[in-house]
Amino acid sequence: MGTPMTVAGIVGSLRSGMTIGIGGWGSRRKPMALVRAICRSPLTDLTVVSYGGPDVGLLCAYGKVRKVVAPFVTLDSIPLEPHFRAARQRGEIEFTEYDEGLFMFGLYAAAHGLPFLPTRAGLGSDVMRVNPDLRTVRSPYGDGEEFVAAPALRLDAALVHLNLADARGNARYLGDDPYMDDLFCKAATDAYVSCERIVTPAELAAAGPVQSLLVSRMHVTGVVETPRGAHFTDCLPDHPRDERFQKEYATAAADPDLWPEFKARYLDVDEPTYQEATR
Amino acid sequence: MSEVTRAEVCVVACAEAWRGDGEILAAAMGTCSVLGARLARATFEPGLLTTDGGPLLTAEPIPFGAPAGDVEGWLPFRDHLWLVANGRRHVMMGASQLDRYGNQNISAIGDWARPKSQLLGMRGAPGNTRNNPTSYWVPRHSTRVFVERVDVVSGIGWDRGAHEIRRVVTDLAVFDFETPDHRMRLRSVHPGTTVAEVVENTGFELAIPADVPETRLPTAEELRVLREVLDPRGLRDREVRS
Repeated sequence: MGTPMTVAGIVGSLRSGMTIGIGGWGSRRKPMALVRAICRSPLTDLTVVSYGGPDVGLLCAYGKVRKVVAPFVTLDSIPLEPHFRAARQRGEIEFTEYDEGLFMFGLYAAAHGLPFLPTRAGLGSDVMRVNPDLRTVRSPYGDGEEFVAAPALRLDAALVHLNLADARGNARYLGDDPYMDDLFCKAATDAYVSCERIVTPAELAAAGPVQSLLVSRMHVTGVVETPRGAHFTDCLPDHPRDERFQKEYATAAADPDLWPEFKARYLDVDEPTYQEATR
Repeated sequence: MSEVTRAEVCVVACAEAWRGDGEILAAAMGTCSVLGARLARATFEPGLLTTDGGPLLTAEPIPFGAPAGDVEGWLPFRDHLWLVANGRRHVMMGASQLDRYGNQNISAIGDWARPKSQLLGMRGAPGNTRNNPTSYWVPRHSTRVFVERVDVVSGIGWDRGAHEIRRVVTDLAVFDFETPDHRMRLRSVHPGTTVAEVVENTGFELAIPADVPETRLPTAEELRVLREVLDPRGLRDREVRS
C-alpha cells in the first residue's frame, strides 16, 4: 500500500546508482516535479528508463545520468531534445537504444516476473548491433522462428504522474492514453505516484469508469499531490502541454549562453517558485 | 479550379501507397502523409482506419489538426504497438537517411557510439519494418537523405528481412522496389520535375525504366476533398512549396 509522502521524501528514498523508470511518453504526462527535485538533489549515476522526453533531457543536463535506456527522446512538438543530444554528442552518457515495442515487452517481462518476452521488433536492425548483449530465442514449436528475447527492464524505482489518486496510492488517468505507467509501477521494487489531486476513495471511484483506475495501491510505495506537477509536459484534461514554455526551454537548452539564466530562474528553485514563475 | 500544387501531387502520391490495403490502420507521419491516408480513406480506399493524430480512431477522416469528432475505436500507444505485431497496419514514416533497399535511419548521424548528430532514436522503426508494410514520405529529396549507406539502420530494408517496403514518396518523385532484387526503382516523376533532377539529388544508383511516367494529377473530386474538407488551411503547401 502507498503512503502519503512529500516530494523531498520520495527523492530522499532514492539512491545514487539506481535504475529509475519514468512514466509518461515524450513530452506527455511526465512526473516533472519529481524530476526537478532529483535535479536539485545530490543523486548521481542513475540509469534512466523512459519513453524519453524532457525528463531525460533535464537529468542529463544536471549530470545525474550514467545510462539512458529508451527508444527515443523527444519533446513531440519539437522533435529533438537538446540536452539529450548534447550529452550523446559529447559522449557523456551510455545509451541502450531499443525499439518502442521491444522496450514495452521489456516492461511487460519485468512487470510479470519473466526474464524475457519474444518479439520480432529489432530483428535485422542496428538495435542488435548497438546492444551486443541482446539475445535471440528460437520458437520450440514447429515453426522454429527466431525472435529477439526482450530482456526484463527491472526497475529499482518508478516515477509516474497521474490525474487523480487516493492517499493509499490507487490512481486514475483522465486523459486518452494510459501510456505504460502501470507497467512501470509493476516493474519496480518501489513505485511513486505524483498526481494533480489526492481525493477520497469515494471521489476517486466516482471520477470515471473502473477501466481508468490504472495503478493499484498494491504496486505503490508513496503518493504525493503535485498540482501542475507534469508541467511543462501535458497532463490532459487538467492542462495541455505549455508549448510556449517548452519552446523557451528548448531554446535555452540549445544555447550555452542562455541556459544558466533559465536554470537559475526556473530550476535551481523550489517547486512553488517554479510554479509561480511559469504561471 | 486553381492550378494543382506540388504538395497536392505529393498528397495523392502518398494516398496511392494505401490503395488496395482494405480494412487496416493507415499510420502516417508528416503533413502530406497524414493527408494522403485520410484522402485515400475519403475516396478510393474507404475501409482504411485513420486516427486523430493521437490515440483515437476517428469515425470519419477528419481535417488536419481538427478534434476527433465521432470515434470508432481506441488505440493508445500500448495497443498501437500490439497492432504492429498483429499486422493490420501499413505505416508511412519519415527518414533522415534512406538507402537503395529501403533501410532507414532516424537514430543518429555519424558513429552511433558518439554521434555527430543525435536524432530521434529508433522509435518504432525496427518493429514497423519487420512486421508491417512500410512506406516513406520525404518532403525534401536530397543526397543527404538518399545515401549509399545509412549510418544507423533503424527501419530495415528488403535486404535485412523487411516485411515489405512498398513505396517512397518525395517532393520530386515516387519510388517502389519492384525489381528482381528489390532495389529502389523510379516509379514516376512529379509534373515539373525531370528524371535528371531526381538522379542528381539521389546518392545511389536508381533502377530507372526506359519510360518513366509522370505522377498522376489529383482528380477533381480529390482536389475538392483535399482543399475544402481535409486541409482548408493549406498546411500541405507549407510542407512542400511549389
